[in-house]
Amino acid sequence: MTDHVEPASHPAPDPSDAHGSVYDGLLGGDPSHWAFGTDFEDPLAGVDTTIPEGVDARDLATYCLMLADDALIASQRLSQWTSRAPDLEEDIALANIALDLLGQARLLLARAAAADPTLVPALPEGSPVPPEDALAFFRESGEFRNVRLVETDNGDFAVTIVKLLVLATARLALLERLASSSDHVLAAVAAKGVKELTYHRDYAGRWFLTLARGTEESRRRLEAALAVVWPLQAELFATHEVERRVAAAGVGVDPATTADDVAVVLAQVFAVSGVEQPTQAALAGVQGRQGRDGLHTEALSLLLAEMQVVARAHPMGRW
Amino acid sequence: MSTTTAVDRAALQDKAFAVARTVTDPEMPMLTLEDLGVLRAVEVDERGHVIVSITPTYTGCPAMATMRDDLVRSLQDAGLPGATVRVSLTPAWSSDWITERGRRSLAEHGLSAPGRAPARNGPVALSLMPTRREIACPRCGSAHTELTSEFGPTACKALYRCTSCLEPFEHVKEI
Ligand SMILES: [Zn+2]
Repeated sequence: MTDHVEPASHPAPDPSDAHGSVYDGLLGGDPSHWAFGTDFEDPLAGVDTTIPEGVDARDLATYCLMLADDALIASQRLSQWTSRAPDLEEDIALANIALDLLGQARLLLARAAAADPTLVPALPEGSPVPPEDALAFFRESGEFRNVRLVETDNGDFAVTIVKLLVLATARLALLERLASSSDHVLAAVAAKGVKELTYHRDYAGRWFLTLARGTEESRRRLEAALAVVWPLQAELFATHEVERRVAAAGVGVDPATTADDVAVVLAQVFAVSGVEQPTQAALAGVQGRQGRDGLHTEALSLLLAEMQVVARAHPMGRW
Repeated sequence: MSTTTAVDRAALQDKAFAVARTVTDPEMPMLTLEDLGVLRAVEVDERGHVIVSITPTYTGCPAMATMRDDLVRSLQDAGLPGATVRVSLTPAWSSDWITERGRRSLAEHGLSAPGRAPARNGPVALSLMPTRREIACPRCGSAHTELTSEFGPTACKALYRCTSCLEPFEHVKEI
């Protein structure tokens, strides 16, 4: 069982030492147990990726990018809390939420690439970078389709909680409907995502209530956060042309149809928390263009610079 | 190429399933993949090739590749080389799929097993109060426990504390 010899990257325990070492159980002669982080070559292996009838492949892929980019950029923002959260439990919670969103993003990016491979950035011949990574790491900010809500800075903990509450509430309402998509991948990602987002929304809602009913300072910060975040929420419900078409084809969901349900949930949180419904006007687009069109704030460029730098430096890298 | 007969295929499938069901979860090694409910199917195609389907507990589950490697290696060690492992996304995993044996094994290893997953009927209700669960401390059996966090060291676990023996423990979440 322990006759396998593998060059060790750390001092191997001396087998003649009767006491052994804490590494014994870990080493065990099985190098594949060190392989956390390696991945399936194709995250959709075995999944039916036929394009449903009545939808344009480019539209389906673009729609997947919208859903994927919201999750990917929110995930990257939330992971910035790792080691910086107010306490260890929140650190772990935010990292878990980020991981769920990253998982959703990966499948959705893979779905986008399978639906329309021409959207995937070209990489050097022989690059082992899979299509979903090429989409995450090799697109420019103008090619990202996320709403601006997810790209803006984390701010303080209150801002992060309000952003998460709005995102999780809207995404949950959307995925509940998307679970009946005629696209098998979207339906599956949505059905699973609903379960995950239920925890995310409860987490954000409970913290919203805690901050609102906490101290004078937490209340002040929460109200300030709401004023900062509110102008960004309307974009989640503004129907893009692509969303309108995929919804008509039974593949996607028109986000405008979720607005009322989302408003009801948020009103419930505000009421229990004793917070006034915010009234700030929506952040304007530029000549009608918003995040879904690739129009973003400077915050996204900075975020992408950090997220993409290593992958871009090593397009032939294996991880 | 000779094709595998139906009898051979059935025998191969039995053998492959017998191996696959012994492979354990990399993050909760007291559970087999079968007991965790992530092992969905073991099939043999007409060329005698083994295809195993597994499903992620959570979408971002980072242990999927390790599960795949462990399955392929165990099958190879049993004389079934080159197995293919596929991802099955539908239906989505539920903690209700953890077997009775799996639940006992969790408890024996100090982890609290999940209750029934919430039944879905219409829109998901918001819950602003901590989730109420009937949980006994896996160490001392006390029913006096408190939730520390809905999120734990792996995606599928919440953190609890026993207010009788004061020990922290992990609870596998209902999903
Ligand atoms: Zn106890």
